[in-house]
Amino acid sequence: MFEIVKKEALNPTVSRMVIKAPLVAQKAQAGQFIILRVDERGERIPLTIAGYDREAGTVTIIYQIVGATTMRLDRLQEGDCLHDFVGPLGKPTETEGLKRVAVVGGGVGCAIALPVAQALAAKGTIVDTVAGFRNKDLVILEEEFRAASKEYRLMTDDGSAGEKGLVTEALKDLLEKNTYDEVIAIGPLVMMKFVSLLTKEYNVKTVVSMNPVMIDGTGMCGGCRISVGGETKFACVDGPEFDGHLVDFDLAMERGRTYHAYEQERCNLFKKEVQE
Amino acid sequence: MADMRLEKQPMPQLAPEIRNKNFEEVALGYTEEQAVAEANRCLQCKHQPCVGGCPVQIDIPAFIQKVQQRDFEGAYQIISAQSALPAVCGRVCPQETQCEGKCVRGIKGEPVAIGRLERFVADWHMANVKEPPVKPESNGKKIAIIGSGPAGLTCAGDLARKGYEVTVFEALHVAGGVLVYGIPEFRLPKAIVAKEIEGLKAMGVKVETNMVIGRVLSVDDLFAMGFEGIFIGSGAGLPRFMGIPGENLKGVFSANEYLTRVNLMKAYLPDSETPIQRGKKVAVVGGGNVAMDAARCAKRLGAEEVYIVYRRSMEEIPARAEEIHHAIEEGIIFKTLTNPTEILGDEHQNVVGMTCLEMELGAPDESGRRRPMVKEGSEHRLDTDVVIMAIGTSPNPLIRSTTPGLETNKWGCIVTEEESGKTSREGVYAGGDAVTGAATVILAMGAGKQAAKAIDEYLK
Repeated sequence: MFEIVKKEALNPTVSRMVIKAPLVAQKAQAGQFIILRVDERGERIPLTIAGYDREAGTVTIIYQIVGATTMRLDRLQEGDCLHDFVGPLGKPTETEGLKRVAVVGGGVGCAIALPVAQALAAKGTIVDTVAGFRNKDLVILEEEFRAASKEYRLMTDDGSAGEKGLVTEALKDLLEKNTYDEVIAIGPLVMMKFVSLLTKEYNVKTVVSMNPVMIDGTGMCGGCRISVGGETKFACVDGPEFDGHLVDFDLAMERGRTYHAYEQERCNLFKKEVQE
Repeated sequence: MADMRLEKQPMPQLAPEIRNKNFEEVALGYTEEQAVAEANRCLQCKHQPCVGGCPVQIDIPAFIQKVQQRDFEGAYQIISAQSALPAVCGRVCPQETQCEGKCVRGIKGEPVAIGRLERFVADWHMANVKEPPVKPESNGKKIAIIGSGPAGLTCAGDLARKGYEVTVFEALHVAGGVLVYGIPEFRLPKAIVAKEIEGLKAMGVKVETNMVIGRVLSVDDLFAMGFEGIFIGSGAGLPRFMGIPGENLKGVFSANEYLTRVNLMKAYLPDSETPIQRGKKVAVVGGGNVAMDAARCAKRLGAEEVYIVYRRSMEEIPARAEEIHHAIEEGIIFKTLTNPTEILGDEHQNVVGMTCLEMELGAPDESGRRRPMVKEGSEHRLDTDVVIMAIGTSPNPLIRSTTPGLETNKWGCIVTEEESGKTSREGVYAGGDAVTGAATVILAMGAGKQAAKAIDEYLK
């Protein structure tokens, strides 16, 4: 059992949890993920590691309430325990030898982009960040990003915070005025797709973090497979980070919708259960 | 004088048209009377050919004699001296090519039903004997076992019996490996596996779930923690795909994923949190036991038609005869001499069919089986909405890539000395599918047993 030592809401649908998991904390690195089960009947869901404290023996996760499992997760409070918590899984982000990097985060993807930005900044890389949200109520981690970035560009769909527009607009601006070794984009598939299309024009290497449906997270099931440069890869062991210029995003989006109807049904059942 | 009836006592089982709609165990097991009657068919041969056919060398005539005498617990003690998992082996071993394949009674008529008797004895023990096994005195030496499948559990059991302090590390959230994620409930009830593991725990074996060795701890970390011997039984690994167009469409699964959703995550239960696609027409590509398991699960999940698509003929099909027999009884349709070349999808990337070729068999290839060759002009379409690839696995790179000095072969399997399971790293032993590639439960158990013996000799 894995105790929740801290829980806080970052916005109405996104929360941060600090989990007591000393062994995972010992080995965790930016870019890797964990798999958790809320209770003994629960499904296994992957979440990218949003931070860790080796001394305190804790791992931080940030999740958005999107389905029945994250609804169940969000019902737990400080002092409660997760039934299962396994990791660190996947390959860490490569942070060596980069002079300047643009980090692009979209929505809850910012939770995963932040430790990457921090790891880069700690190595002396100049980091510029573009963070995108639908509106000002959903903005998360602004202070943390500012601390790790030379330039921080906040974009909202409705202009209620920062600039009005898409992350690609701010990124284009940055690509025009600076030289980047790499762009790292983490967020919704559609955002990563358009970031990759843009950076291709500028011929800047782009790393994206994929978060497909997964079961075991160790390569055993192959459910997380994606197409990269025409080759099939398993996100859990070959990734989760891949070359954005080679990922087939359209296929990944379709595969992500495989269980959409079932998820809806489980959400409705869970809402009913909570009401009763 | 032995009972000279030519046939085995028939195994009571659920009727096919009932069982193909539920996940209850197909074979119901012998009654005491049936077990004694079957045991009486044993000739008690002096030269014991059956024992030579058993990878863990159970003293088969001796346990059968105890059954003849109605001393069922005595029979259990004889089996469990060699096997950590008798209730499992009695259900899933390919006895026809092992102990029963060597049985003298099989020369004229059917061999003694050794597997069914083993299962009877193990089930009798579980139902009637409540006191836990005696916990051996500790010798103070710590052993780490990586993987809680048949190889790891056997190795753990044998070493625990000798007094070692054994810890088993399992990557998933429950112990059992392929016995819980792979083999379906209707062939091997998960409660049986859980009871066998409880038995090992009672002997002092510790089981740590949620531990992906190679990530959270490396083999070298384990040595640093004071483990003196390590056994790697991490299993078969990554599922293979055919490399044909359309394999990433929605509705294409590896058998590993399909079976894991159904068995480990219980997707067949109505209140499961884990979803599964319930196809109307399901095609399973492959002809091994895993393919049969996947096909029979698909039927139970409500598929109208389930096909086994296999490129050779019924002569070469590698699954056990009993599994094929059960599958046919349950209405699985065998499309042999058929090979898919493309999986077809609709505009939303959902599977709608497969393009297949008919094959014919030529001269034997390096595997000794006749090589399938394409029949000219035989391209045709098979309508299907779920495709399950059951064509084998390749080893997981997680441990080999994080263990310096651990030698692997060109396929990525861990290289070991055949008799002992000793690897190129001092104190590290390995066995089961991680060494051989996909094989059977009992072969993995045999390897776990040999390694336990070798580890004991190494640490003595």
